[in-house]
Amino acid sequence: MTLLDWLIALPALGALVVPMMALPPENQRLIRYFGIAISLVELGIAIGMAVAFKLHTSSYQFVTKVHWIGAFGIDWYLGADGISLVLVLLTAVLFTIAMFAMKGVKDYRAYVGWMLLLEAACMGSFTALDLFLFFVFFELTLVPSYFLISDFGLGASGRAAIKFFVYTFAGSAFLLVGIVSLVFIHDHQTGHLTFSLPALMHTRLPKDTAILLFLAFAAAFAVKTPIFPFHTWSPDTYRSAPIPAVVILAGVMAKLGAYGLIRFNLELFPATSRELAWLMMTLGVAGILYGAIVAAGERDLGRMVAYSSLSHMGFIVLGIFAFSAEALSGSTLQMVNHGIYTAAIFLLLGMIYERRGTLDMKKLGGLQKKAPMFAAVFILVVMGMIGLPGLNGFVGEFLILIGTFITHRWWAVVAVLGVVLGAIYLLWAYQRVFHGELKDDRGFRDLAPREALLLLPLVALIVFLGVYPMPLLARINPTTSAIVHHVATAPALGSSTVSSIVTGGTK
Amino acid sequence: MTIPGSWYLVVAALLFGLGTFGVLTRRNVIVMFMSVELMLNAVNLTFVTYARMLNDVGGQIAVFFVLVVAAAEVVVGLGIIVAIFRHRATVTVDDISSLKG
Amino acid sequence: MVVLGLVIGFPLLGFLVLLAFGKRMGDPGAGWFGTIAVASSFVAAIATWIVLLTKHGSNRTQVLHLFRWFQAGGLRVDVSFRADPLSIVMILFVTGVSAVIHLYSIGYMKRDARFHQFFIYLNLFVFSMLVLVTANNLPLTFLGWEGVGACSYWLISFWFERPTAASAGKKAFIINRIGDMGFLLGTFLVFFNLHSVSYSKVLPEAHQLSSGTAEAIALLFFLAAAGKSAQLPLFTWLLDAMEGPTPVSALIHAATMVTAGVYLMARLSPILALAHAASMTIAIIGVITAFVAAMAATSQTDIKKIVAFSTVSQLGYMMLGIGTGAYIAAIFLMVTHAFYKALIFLSSGSVIHSLDSEQSIRRMGALAKLMPITAWTMIIAWLSIAGVPPFSGFFSKGSVLEDAFGRNELLWVVGVVTALLTAYYMGRLVFVVFYGNARWQEVTHGHDPHESPRIMTIPLIVLAVAAATAGLLNLPYSGLRFLHNWLAPVFGSALVTYHLSSSEKILLPATDAVVALLGIFLAWRLWRRHSERKALEPAVLFKGWYIDTFYDRTFARGGTALAKFSDRVVDPTIVDGAVGGIAWLFRWVGGLGKRVQSGLVRSYLLIMVAGIVVLLAYVLLSAAR
Repeated sequence: MTLLDWLIALPALGALVVPMMALPPENQRLIRYFGIAISLVELGIAIGMAVAFKLHTSSYQFVTKVHWIGAFGIDWYLGADGISLVLVLLTAVLFTIAMFAMKGVKDYRAYVGWMLLLEAACMGSFTALDLFLFFVFFELTLVPSYFLISDFGLGASGRAAIKFFVYTFAGSAFLLVGIVSLVFIHDHQTGHLTFSLPALMHTRLPKDTAILLFLAFAAAFAVKTPIFPFHTWSPDTYRSAPIPAVVILAGVMAKLGAYGLIRFNLELFPATSRELAWLMMTLGVAGILYGAIVAAGERDLGRMVAYSSLSHMGFIVLGIFAFSAEALSGSTLQMVNHGIYTAAIFLLLGMIYERRGTLDMKKLGGLQKKAPMFAAVFILVVMGMIGLPGLNGFVGEFLILIGTFITHRWWAVVAVLGVVLGAIYLLWAYQRVFHGELKDDRGFRDLAPREALLLLPLVALIVFLGVYPMPLLARINPTTSAIVHHVATAPALGSSTVSSIVTGGTK
Repeated sequence: MTIPGSWYLVVAALLFGLGTFGVLTRRNVIVMFMSVELMLNAVNLTFVTYARMLNDVGGQIAVFFVLVVAAAEVVVGLGIIVAIFRHRATVTVDDISSLKG
Repeated sequence: MVVLGLVIGFPLLGFLVLLAFGKRMGDPGAGWFGTIAVASSFVAAIATWIVLLTKHGSNRTQVLHLFRWFQAGGLRVDVSFRADPLSIVMILFVTGVSAVIHLYSIGYMKRDARFHQFFIYLNLFVFSMLVLVTANNLPLTFLGWEGVGACSYWLISFWFERPTAASAGKKAFIINRIGDMGFLLGTFLVFFNLHSVSYSKVLPEAHQLSSGTAEAIALLFFLAAAGKSAQLPLFTWLLDAMEGPTPVSALIHAATMVTAGVYLMARLSPILALAHAASMTIAIIGVITAFVAAMAATSQTDIKKIVAFSTVSQLGYMMLGIGTGAYIAAIFLMVTHAFYKALIFLSSGSVIHSLDSEQSIRRMGALAKLMPITAWTMIIAWLSIAGVPPFSGFFSKGSVLEDAFGRNELLWVVGVVTALLTAYYMGRLVFVVFYGNARWQEVTHGHDPHESPRIMTIPLIVLAVAAATAGLLNLPYSGLRFLHNWLAPVFGSALVTYHLSSSEKILLPATDAVVALLGIFLAWRLWRRHSERKALEPAVLFKGWYIDTFYDRTFARGGTALAKFSDRVVDPTIVDGAVGGIAWLFRWVGGLGKRVQSGLVRSYLLIMVAGIVVLLAYVLLSAAR
């Protein structure tokens, strides 16, 4: 077994064990410690992978391949390239923090169990190289998220959980159809039934089919990311899910969508990606501007961050479909950055909610006077989100924009507006919450040591990755260059031939 | 004198029609049940007839399957009917519509 | 070039130490520590300068490479710093003025509840400013550029309990961000054409750019510079920025940060030299800004607003110099301006400090006798900025105007009129604040205001000496043009030299001097005994030509309305409405199907039988055919 197998097996086994831990109520903490221990070991494995990772190559590493359902050509096929690796690292870090952030939960068994299952599913999604396996993991993320939102959420979380589940599930339906069609077309062409990604990359597709399949894949990922206009589940979900779960939802699971776009849309349909880049980039830019404008009109901090996420994910989508190594590296790096600062901001929002029971900006104000440390950490994270150079948001954003400018100038010119808008809504929100005089006589506790320790790793990463992102970029760059090369050199789509779709589909 | 095979088939069809008519028109669950049995036996008769006509024992084997399924059906069905009767003191189907969509 | 590392390293170290232990050092320990950090940086800067002096003219560009910042595709960005004659001039006056203002702040910020935080921000600001001026590539310059912007945001809204201060900080950051779009796009265009963002490669190869590209790059960077250096149409933030503590106004919003735009343009002079139309645009915008702001300055009643408009006006002069290709004149003006404008702000601060934070000149007056040092230093600054010989402003402004004359007489005419206005509005300030009747009794409750403590007056005296004598840096006589000779290799052929006739060489400075004295005379006539003259202070000028009001009514309110509309209407009803619509469609179809599920067993059976009959009929009929 390679490290990757352990990466998935460990939390999965943990998720099996946790429900059996029938402990008396006073020992519920042990379950939490168990979850923390597993996530720490996961972090160790992920860091070990990063250290052992060979630089200067774009091939998959830590590959493991075992026949699973032989009759259908389905394998347990895992591997990590630079993009997978950094996302695995992000997942490991954020799950550890989410586990530590759990507090005051009634039923630790369910909570920790679902979290561990979610971790296994996320790790699996980021490393699966078999389309069927990927789909299984991709869908498996939904179940624990649903229960985490509906059972542990704040306010009207049941409704939000259903909306989240149905919306993303509907997107995945297209993905399943797409995967099966592609596999059958490939089988028809080569006589070889397989779900393996590297094999399927060489499927020759007629134009119409390719476009339909591209859209089917993109639909699932667009909902998950979310890309404008498929985002409306996210404000409700982010607002009502429990904080540790939002850290994962916004920090890790949103990346599943963007990751899927790179791993599957670009690699399986390179020529189609070129053909439809205008569409995806337009949606990305629309998301940047629209998300920022709506965020500026929001009164609720949680929903505002959800819309800012839409805006930031728009940058990532833009970079993915710009097809330059700069932009793709930028997008990948920005996925990590976005995960980190989003996690930090949601933890902070959770702390405000804990103290005041509201995230309504109208009811907050003047907090900086009472809690200078809290405000300092908050403004640092906000500056990271705005993209202040020296903090982590900048490098990714800069690479995305410069890479996009090289290949698709005017999209970059419009997207740069997002840089201004981002400052407007974030600083406005900061002013309304932290500046001015206190709105009421209640005090506002400054960061407790436990809270400070929780935020410390994220804050340290925000600064470190802003000053020295090379350790990540050195691992990302070979992969992104290879993918950009793959997309650039793919033969153009031929004219469409309807017959091959029919025969391909019905064999 | 041998009776032609088609006669058996005609009888079976009549029985089936009778059973269908009974199922559709009667409201008492027990009677509907009996009608269903009638339909099943009509089919059995058809199977046996064809088995004899075509010299294929497969038809007779199918009858055994049908008999077993019918027996099982009676057990489950009557169990349900008894449960409903205990609950509602009626076995008239038109009164039982709690699965309405 | 380790010593260059020290120049940047000291303020960074100061920032980190203050961040960790500032609260424990307290008042005034944290202030002294911050001051020492910056002063050490100044010493290191002098050492760097000496190192450069030992080199030959063409060999005076030294690069300190630290590590690779980021890299992807063909883009490589290093953390590397550059000491050359241009950046060393900046380093010297930035660290020097900063050290003096740090010292002053110890006195000014005394007993403020967040004393140590002030010095944390201040040291971070100096660090960012030094990164800005020494960076060897565009993204690193941008780091400094944004860093000073962020510090400016924090320092303007330092007294965040006041809603106006909080809003002003935010406004400054956002308007600067508009300019930053230009910086980013300019950087992209440079990289697109020259495949590098490092000055070491971009500046020597700038001549490869086509003139159209060069014009575009120059205009994009000028957008950035217009934001940072408060030029039309982006200058409004600088007025609001006066909400910050006065040392901040002196350091950031007069002496250093706002000149970063001018510095950036000078740094990119090889590109600017190719962009003639863009240069002309810069010159025109610069001179119009100078005039418009000077007009507005004549009617302000808030002492800091007068000085702020004056800063905008002076920055306009610098841009005029940049636009006419007189980079050295612009830098010269920048340096002298740093001295006298910092001095004006600090003197104003001294007045404000002694009057319990009163800023309206209507409630000042007759302070010269009570605060002699403040008054005299202010007068020196006034004579400097007005351009009275032999004070520094006379030489620096004179050389800008001389080159403007060489480029286009009209530019010169507007410039000279502005010079008249400058002498006049500063004269108005001095006469109304320091002479006339005492109008501050209400503010001080009968006590007499007194001179500021020595920790504040010593910086005033230091700056006053500098403001008076800085003209020596670049006297317009061959052999004495030190700054010119020092900087000329940096600009090389980008520098435009205008040949003036010998009579013009005498008449132009003479005009400047006459105009300066005329302005002072007018101020003396009109404001010696008055503190209020409605006819000379029209509302349109008092409101700054209503430019800010216009932005507020259109962009700010329009944007807010758009955002609220998107949030309350577009997203819930249209985008999410479409999603809800699909959900509703499924429910509707389900509702139709529901009717079939009547719960009546016999109706199910009937449907089933009917279905079987239809199927049978179909099979039989198709078999019969």
